Amino acid sequence: MWCARLIGDLVFCIELTGRHCCSLPRPLSDPMVKPATDRIMIKFVLMVNRQGQTRLSRYYHSVELSRRAALEADVVRYCLSRKKDQCSFVEYKDFKLVYRQYAALYIVVGITDSENELSIYELVHNFVEVLDKYFSRVSELDIMFNLDRVHIILDEMIQNGHIVETNKSRILAPLTTIDKMVDS
Amino acid sequence: MALKIVKGSIDRMFDKNLQDLVRGIRNHKEDEAKYISTCIDEIKQELKQDNIAVKANAVCKLTYLQMLGYDVSWAAFNIVEVMSSSKFTYKRIGYLAASQCFHENTDVIMLTTNQIRKDLSSPNQYDTGVALTGLSCFVTPDLARDLANDIMTLMSHTKPYIRKKAVLIMYKVFLKYPESLRPAFPRLKEKLEDPDPGVQSAAVNVICELARRNPKNYLSLAPLFFKLMTSSTNNWVLIKIIKLFGALTPLEPRLGKKLIEPLTNLIHSTSAMSLLYECVNTVIAVLISLSSGMPNHSASIQLCVQKLRILIEDSDQNLKYLGLLAMSKILKTHPKSVQSHKDLILQCLDDKDESIRLRALDLLYGMVSKKNLMEIVKKLMIHVDKAEGTTYRDELLTKIIDICSQSNYQYITNFEWYISILVELTRLEGTRHGHLIASQMLDVAIRVKAIRVFAVAQMATLLDNAHLLTGNMQRNGICEVLYAAAWICGEFSEHLENPVQTLEAMLRPKVATLPGHIQAVYVQNAAKLFATILKNQEGNTDSTAAQETSQMMIDRLPLFVQSANLEVQERASCILQLVKYIQKLQQKDVEVAEEVSALFAGELNPVAPKAQKKVPVPEGLDLDAWINEPPSESESEDEQPKAIFTKEEPKHSRPRHTEVDEKELARRREARKQEQANNPFYIKASPSSQKVYQEAPGVEHIPVVQIDLSVPLKVPATTPSHPTGLPMSDQYVKLEEERRQKERAEKKKKEKKKRKEKRSGRGKKHDSGPESEEDITPAHVVDIVTEEMPENALPSDDDDKDPNDPHKALDIDLDNLLETTARRPLADSEKLPVRSHRAAGAPKSSAEDGEAENATPQEPKKKSSKEKRDKKKDKERDRKRSKEEKKKKKHKHEEKEEDLLGGQAEEPVVQSEEMKEVEAQPTSTSAEVSDLDFWLSNAPVPSNTQEAATVAEAAPAPEAPAGTAADSEPEEPKDTETEESKSSKHKKKKQKKEKEEKEKKKKKKHHHHHHHSDGGGEESVQNGTVEEEEPLPPMSNYCLLAENSYIKMVCDIQGNLQDGSQVVVSVIFENKSDSFLKSMEFNVLDSLNSKLQRPEGSGPHDGLTVPFQLPPGVSNEARFVFTVQSIVMPQKLKGTLTFIVKNEDSSTHEKLDFKLHFTCTSYLITTPCYSDAFAKLLESGDLKSSSVRLEGVNMPFHHLLARICFHHHFSVVERIDSCASMYSRSIQGHHVCLLVKTSGQTVSIDAKCDEPTLLGNVLDEIKQTFSQC
Repeated sequence: MWCARLIGDLVFCIELTGRHCCSLPRPLSDPMVKPATDRIMIKFVLMVNRQGQTRLSRYYHSVELSRRAALEADVVRYCLSRKKDQCSFVEYKDFKLVYRQYAALYIVVGITDSENELSIYELVHNFVEVLDKYFSRVSELDIMFNLDRVHIILDEMIQNGHIVETNKSRILAPLTTIDKMVDS
Repeated sequence: MALKIVKGSIDRMFDKNLQDLVRGIRNHKEDEAKYISTCIDEIKQELKQDNIAVKANAVCKLTYLQMLGYDVSWAAFNIVEVMSSSKFTYKRIGYLAASQCFHENTDVIMLTTNQIRKDLSSPNQYDTGVALTGLSCFVTPDLARDLANDIMTLMSHTKPYIRKKAVLIMYKVFLKYPESLRPAFPRLKEKLEDPDPGVQSAAVNVICELARRNPKNYLSLAPLFFKLMTSSTNNWVLIKIIKLFGALTPLEPRLGKKLIEPLTNLIHSTSAMSLLYECVNTVIAVLISLSSGMPNHSASIQLCVQKLRILIEDSDQNLKYLGLLAMSKILKTHPKSVQSHKDLILQCLDDKDESIRLRALDLLYGMVSKKNLMEIVKKLMIHVDKAEGTTYRDELLTKIIDICSQSNYQYITNFEWYISILVELTRLEGTRHGHLIASQMLDVAIRVKAIRVFAVAQMATLLDNAHLLTGNMQRNGICEVLYAAAWICGEFSEHLENPVQTLEAMLRPKVATLPGHIQAVYVQNAAKLFATILKNQEGNTDSTAAQETSQMMIDRLPLFVQSANLEVQERASCILQLVKYIQKLQQKDVEVAEEVSALFAGELNPVAPKAQKKVPVPEGLDLDAWINEPPSESESEDEQPKAIFTKEEPKHSRPRHTEVDEKELARRREARKQEQANNPFYIKASPSSQKVYQEAPGVEHIPVVQIDLSVPLKVPATTPSHPTGLPMSDQYVKLEEERRQKERAEKKKKEKKKRKEKRSGRGKKHDSGPESEEDITPAHVVDIVTEEMPENALPSDDDDKDPNDPHKALDIDLDNLLETTARRPLADSEKLPVRSHRAAGAPKSSAEDGEAENATPQEPKKKSSKEKRDKKKDKERDRKRSKEEKKKKKHKHEEKEEDLLGGQAEEPVVQSEEMKEVEAQPTSTSAEVSDLDFWLSNAPVPSNTQEAATVAEAAPAPEAPAGTAADSEPEEPKDTETEESKSSKHKKKKQKKEKEEKEKKKKKKHHHHHHHSDGGGEESVQNGTVEEEEPLPPMSNYCLLAENSYIKMVCDIQGNLQDGSQVVVSVIFENKSDSFLKSMEFNVLDSLNSKLQRPEGSGPHDGLTVPFQLPPGVSNEARFVFTVQSIVMPQKLKGTLTFIVKNEDSSTHEKLDFKLHFTCTSYLITTPCYSDAFAKLLESGDLKSSSVRLEGVNMPFHHLLARICFHHHFSVVERIDSCASMYSRSIQGHHVCLLVKTSGQTVSIDAKCDEPTLLGNVLDEIKQTFSQC
């Protein structure tokens, strides 16, 4: 079928006899313009040790199991390769990683671009403080052997990828009640 | 039975638990996979057992394995089994596993609906909690639909723990099931004012998220959020709210204006960096959205930039990074303010952290000017050499090109320099950006005519040294550059010094190893070169040389004819035949050069990429008309999809071109020309379709600065050792400097002449100051192609919205819902599905109840409120009864079914109540909605006593006045009632209740209005008192600190809201002299009570460096934080400011002593207070009273109040005629209450405070304020 639009191009050809070059597409002149990110939230929380073993992972958006391993390996590689004097925010693909190191344990949080990096940075510390309070001087082993409890704490603090609670005693209240229930 | 349990637990002893598994994995490092597979087998065995404890243990282990990356989806059903265990410990394990393993496509989720519902309504709050948490991870659209109502009910649960979780999960439900938003929204909004801070923050979270996606629907909530922002002390919540405002301001500029002040206050006062960062970010966003022209804009920007500077200067890398990030946002709109911190940003380029360097690079983009471009690029080039990682180097490369090429090479004054930079960049090994460099070379060579000679020479050298460039061929992206080099040499071959040599270089056998598309260009351009050479040689009448060239072509081309690349092959064979024919003619001594060069004749003109759109359609051509009749049968099919996509924007259609008549076009063209003529960088008329083949006039006449050919035209680039020792581009930097000096000298001469002619006293600012931008003329001219859009191209808004965005569905007009039920009440279909009775034998009564409930929303709501009230109460009684019944039932039987029935019996009642709420809510909020305008307009806000009248008077907005007030009056009681009836805490007797209600009504009124007056922080408090037209005299809290001939210091002291022991002193330094003031150091002699906060590591007597320098006549503000212990007494601190005065030839140390006066007022913080809270405070009897009389105060009462508010940080609680109550709070939490009365010229102030000394001092200070005026 002859589409009339084609003729438009013909018109163009007729108009531009003689040789021409189209000016080259300019490099994107504004590096600051970034595509609007779709959602503001925490994408995942990871705890990994220096050997790159995952000690805790929590995803707030669904990631296929097969892609998780690759993602975690990538994330770990990025964060472990950074020195202490480098800043704790890493741009990774279309989101950001905020990480903090505690002894041999790294806590990495993936966030979208528009989330406040510093507040997440503080949240991580808050989380560790809560763990510290609950386990009284938390160690990697505590986290490994009490994964479910760590999960409860994390769930009290972050839900749906949003920060829910930051008050230490309020975070621990349900957990202590649960512990009492289990004991009795 | 007992035996079985015992047996089960014995079994368990032999099973591995999670700890064993973890240990086991650690002990089997070598054969981990094998060990885990045996474990999984064990787990499979365990899952087959009946014992739920064993199953739970197995599931627990599976959760761990899942985390390690093993697929456990096969156990999904077992997980559901464990979830449905009645024991909480197991249930928890089940839910945890589910939340980790389930996703939307897990099919067993369907089975969980009833289980989750049961858990949600469990009497144990932790059962409910764990179900909610789990649900938030795996909620599907089906689950959301089925459970929305249950979750909504939980939003009003008695336990804040549950309310909080329910509110949060509603967000997920909205996403999955958008229909639930409208019915649930009123309740969600209610939660914003929940007594529990956790619930409140959850509601803020959810609404912020919703609103950020579809801000316009939530604009009406702005006043509420504003109130939260000014009252909340939770930084996390504040961050959310501030973020939300960032999203709202683009829609409502007035909101932005209102925000600036509280935000800047927060910036000043907060000690939390995250909050500060967020505030700065939002202020930037607000300022971007506001049209410029607000007077204090620059101050706010200045403040932000200053704060960011402090962040960047911080030793904490994180702050540095964020500072730079935020700075880049400012750069977009206020490049000037950022440019002043160039030094700092350039410094960051040397940072050891790559991410920081990258951020700094982003900023560089805006830092460059004509003056410093070369210098900056030089610096970057050094970095390129030093950079170790390829990614960073590539980033540098693109940045260099970005910076140089931005806005049509605006900042490049010397293109020879740029070409040599590009050539130098080709030395980079293993860069991916060869094509980028190539395209720049082409672009510059084509568009800057004057540079072609130079460019061609450089490119010829490049071609000659191609072997160096492409050392390891294919993997090297840099060989793309050869593409450009070959093309430029071919196209502009007339400028070549030694064309034969270049031709030879282009036909070397090694070329055949280049990528195909580059070879093709080589071959084609070899032909062009050949044509040029022929032309030259024939002119010389040297036939042998010409024949030699032909022979060379014939010898070398067959190599390319054999190429595997089709394009190369085709071009080569074509050209080979052509050359052979030419050779034949040459042997016959026929002159062929003319004809051969005709093959490539013609000037090449740049055309804008969008030029085609500008080509007008010839008259009579209808592009949308069918040439052939379309096939008839497809017609009907074609029609339908169109109907679905009615919203689709019409494509910018050509026919509009035809509408524009010839005259109009001509006029536009004229206008454009005019505009271009005024543009200093626009030289050539755009090659619009009509003119394309005319020779571009003008280019030849442009005065092009003669290039000093002292620079060798050889490219040393490809050889590592430079003959001159300097890299090529550096020489240009020098040269350019000289050129500019020359120019400047010429200019000065001219100016002197002018001055001689004029002799009038108007001194020019230019000549003493540094060279301004415009003074530097570019050495070459860019042939700019205007990139106009066709006139009718509409910027489409939908482009940036992802059609798959789940939030799109949530774009629901909630205002409608809130405003009037009449406009768009909740339709039946919109109600959340109440659990339908799948089980047979649903009780009839509940069904009837359901019907009745359905009818309520349609009922005309003209019933008197009294009737409603009665009905409500009945209902409530019913509800209580049913609850009790339910409890009884529960005690009797514990079977599932009974439980279910109980739940059903109760629910409809709840539901009907909900519907009523929905009904009642709108009316009360309607006032609020239309109040938005009112709230936003800076019109005076009436105080409650004179409301209706003043509203009508004061509000200029046509919609806002009397109607609103009148409207809201009768409806309010209902509102209070619903709230009351809902809160189950009120278990008082009926009579008491009624009394209370009346009281509450009253209070509510106050509340309602204070809502406005308190919302605006200081500003609106002022407003609250300004009722008459009389404007307030301008006031400032800054008082003179010290002054000498060099500098003047004024200061303002304010308490820090966040920290009870901190006072922030803002000092404005103003340079009064003609010299430059630098190295300012601010020091204060600490007293026992008050200390200046110094950075860690500095001694108690060290001064603080003021973080800026002051050029003549400039003032700037710095902030100093003091810690104070006791705040009941005013005190003075002695201090000194030392600084260096720098003149052109000398610099001297100077100092200035000052006395910092901490008044008691400065410890007070404006805190809004509701009249009921105020009344309670006064009644409590904890406060000591005191009073003071002011005589001879000759000012209107509202001025008096405004002064107290402004100077002494009070807020008006209530004002009745000539009497007002005011409130303030100290940073350490002392309440200060004032009752101000006036009669004639006497003002009496009765005051109460829990700290008599503080009160006495404050009153003294107030007295002093008024004695001064």
